Amino acid sequence: MRERLSGNEAAAIAMKQINPDVVAAFPITPSTEIPQYFSTFVSNGTVDTEFVAVESEHSAMSACIGAQAAGGRAMTATSANGLSLMWEMIYIASSLRLPIVMSLVNRAVSGPLNIHNDHSDAMGVRDSGWIQLFSENNQEAYDNLIMAHRIAEHSDVLLPLMVCQDGFITSHSIENIELIEDENVKNFVGTYKPEHYLLNDKEPIAIGPLDLQGYLFEHKTQQSMAMRNAKKVILDVASDFEKMTGRKYGFFEEYKMEDAELVVVCMNSTAGTAKYTADKLRDQGIKAGVLKVRVFRPFPAEEIANALKKAKAVAVLDKADSLNAVGGALFEDVTSGMFVHKIQVPTINYVYGIGGRDTTSTDIESVYNDLREIAKTGEIENPYRYLGVRGCK
Amino acid sequence: MAYNHKQVMVDRPSRLTSGHRMCAGCGAPAVARTILRAVKSEDHVVVSNATGCMEVSTFLYPYTAWTDSFIHTAFENAAATLSGVEAAYKSMKLTGKLPEEKDTKFIAFGGDGGTYDIGLQSLSGAMERGHDMVYVCYDNGAYMNTGIQRSSATPKFADTTTTPAGKVIPGKMQPRKDLTKIMVGHHLPYVAQTLALNNFKDLYEKSEKAIYTKGACFLNVLAPCPRGWGYATEDLMEINKLAVETCYWPLYEVIDGVYKISYKPTNKLPIEEFLRPQKRFKHMFKPGNEWMIQEFQDEVDTRWQELLDLEEITNKA
Repeated sequence: MRERLSGNEAAAIAMKQINPDVVAAFPITPSTEIPQYFSTFVSNGTVDTEFVAVESEHSAMSACIGAQAAGGRAMTATSANGLSLMWEMIYIASSLRLPIVMSLVNRAVSGPLNIHNDHSDAMGVRDSGWIQLFSENNQEAYDNLIMAHRIAEHSDVLLPLMVCQDGFITSHSIENIELIEDENVKNFVGTYKPEHYLLNDKEPIAIGPLDLQGYLFEHKTQQSMAMRNAKKVILDVASDFEKMTGRKYGFFEEYKMEDAELVVVCMNSTAGTAKYTADKLRDQGIKAGVLKVRVFRPFPAEEIANALKKAKAVAVLDKADSLNAVGGALFEDVTSGMFVHKIQVPTINYVYGIGGRDTTSTDIESVYNDLREIAKTGEIENPYRYLGVRGCK
Repeated sequence: MAYNHKQVMVDRPSRLTSGHRMCAGCGAPAVARTILRAVKSEDHVVVSNATGCMEVSTFLYPYTAWTDSFIHTAFENAAATLSGVEAAYKSMKLTGKLPEEKDTKFIAFGGDGGTYDIGLQSLSGAMERGHDMVYVCYDNGAYMNTGIQRSSATPKFADTTTTPAGKVIPGKMQPRKDLTKIMVGHHLPYVAQTLALNNFKDLYEKSEKAIYTKGACFLNVLAPCPRGWGYATEDLMEINKLAVETCYWPLYEVIDGVYKISYKPTNKLPIEEFLRPQKRFKHMFKPGNEWMIQEFQDEVDTRWQELLDLEEITNKA
């Protein structure tokens, strides 16, 4: 079904087709439209979902935890400070092994207050035990949501999952999209059959103990193992998804990477700008490529390292600063993977687009130009750079 | 049918088993047991518990003292967590994912720290949304689990570890928050204030009403703490009795906005009777501190009169 939808509409339609038991959400720009559209579906009876219009994001995540532990499917949507307020419960959701699914419409975390896109919200929970999928456009935000439950609920995984897309840039831009028939989504997602749940009166259970020195380490390690298991499941689900739609998904997308010498690594909507720029440079005979990371948690370190091994210079673009004096989180993960897997390619980091600062093809072209210089000499003067900011390079 | 304590004890085995690690002389376990006894034997319960003494003492991995389903997630959100469980129940009943004939009841327990203070927003939200649940605050008047720090439920002048009775400041300088009235302000179908008295009749009957009244209901239950209050463990029931007889903790219920005082002492005892057996008020009895007892008495009298007035006004309409 061809449609024209914004990223938020696409997420809401995916949720409608998934028809979860509970949606608990609190309005926050730029994800507000998702619960708005969804409550219309609830009011008109097009879904069976119980919509809980909570009084805060902390309660949104608490209610999702309660609903999922009860034996239902729970979904939510949020951005930035909303996710910050959920933070305590984000860790508890994953530790209780509850496959809750969230739409995270990425926005800069305060302060100062800013409502526009960067990835500081998602980066703030990157070690919380949630699977994190990133989406370049409305189509990917939709497709990732349709695949989400199959991944999260898999018995080898049982972890919550967030689907990220860029606030305003894709959440509010209307683009063409290919929707899947309701019935096909229903069959693909399947029914949720938890092994143990609160509402099973035949087998009452207790969830969320005081878990001291004798056990917590094992329980946290089990979470970690589940995150490792998720890699295979993500690919298996993508393969089934491809059979249904013809759309192919992996851990990351390689754009003109076969012979690429200069590579830009990035996530979400910037990939579109980077691909456009790479095409332009290819016309000039420059071997430019793009590696767009889709699966950030679990992090496919070895696979990314291998994909970069033939490059002559790599730039990793981070849309969130780690304020640690050594570059952004994506850069650290990529370079750590390269080091461990003995891939030695000159690699630099750019922190860019903070607080919704526009990143144009001219900006990306300047990155490729920098890479060209580095490829020539193999020398890197400063690996920790900024793109498009006044007063700093 | 009239409440028959012995019959209830026989017919309804405790849903909170013995072997938990709550202190001897703690008011909370008796409160939880009695409330759960008010659930019909055939009904299932999901208990949601805020972080606190009760949670860490009853569900220490891999042991649980709860025979019903139980969830604890954090300190401030027992109400929000349970609202999610209740929402899933509604939706799953509707779509035939749960057996039609089986009823589940939803009961949240939080101490005064998790209810009056850090959990007030979550509680207010869940009550306003009207989830079919009972929220029970077991009020022991301080953060007991972390070692007796003041809460907004701590009575004026009480000696706590963050309001120590010192040479300049004689304990907590603010009177306690009246949470029951705040909950009445939510226009709930049933709000009650109670405690474990005599044969538990008042607590049991109010629990039964709260559990079997549709919608969001609230119980505020005084639950003394021997460590925080400083009384001998065997004196628990005596302390409870004095709280009621002095009108420090009046027993009343508010049904659809109409107040009904459950017990009016014919001989209202002076507040010293309640204060004296407790170490946290010891400094109030030093010579020269009579004003503190007087001020405490005035506060109790004002609140009691206000309650009498509210009963009169709301029953007139």
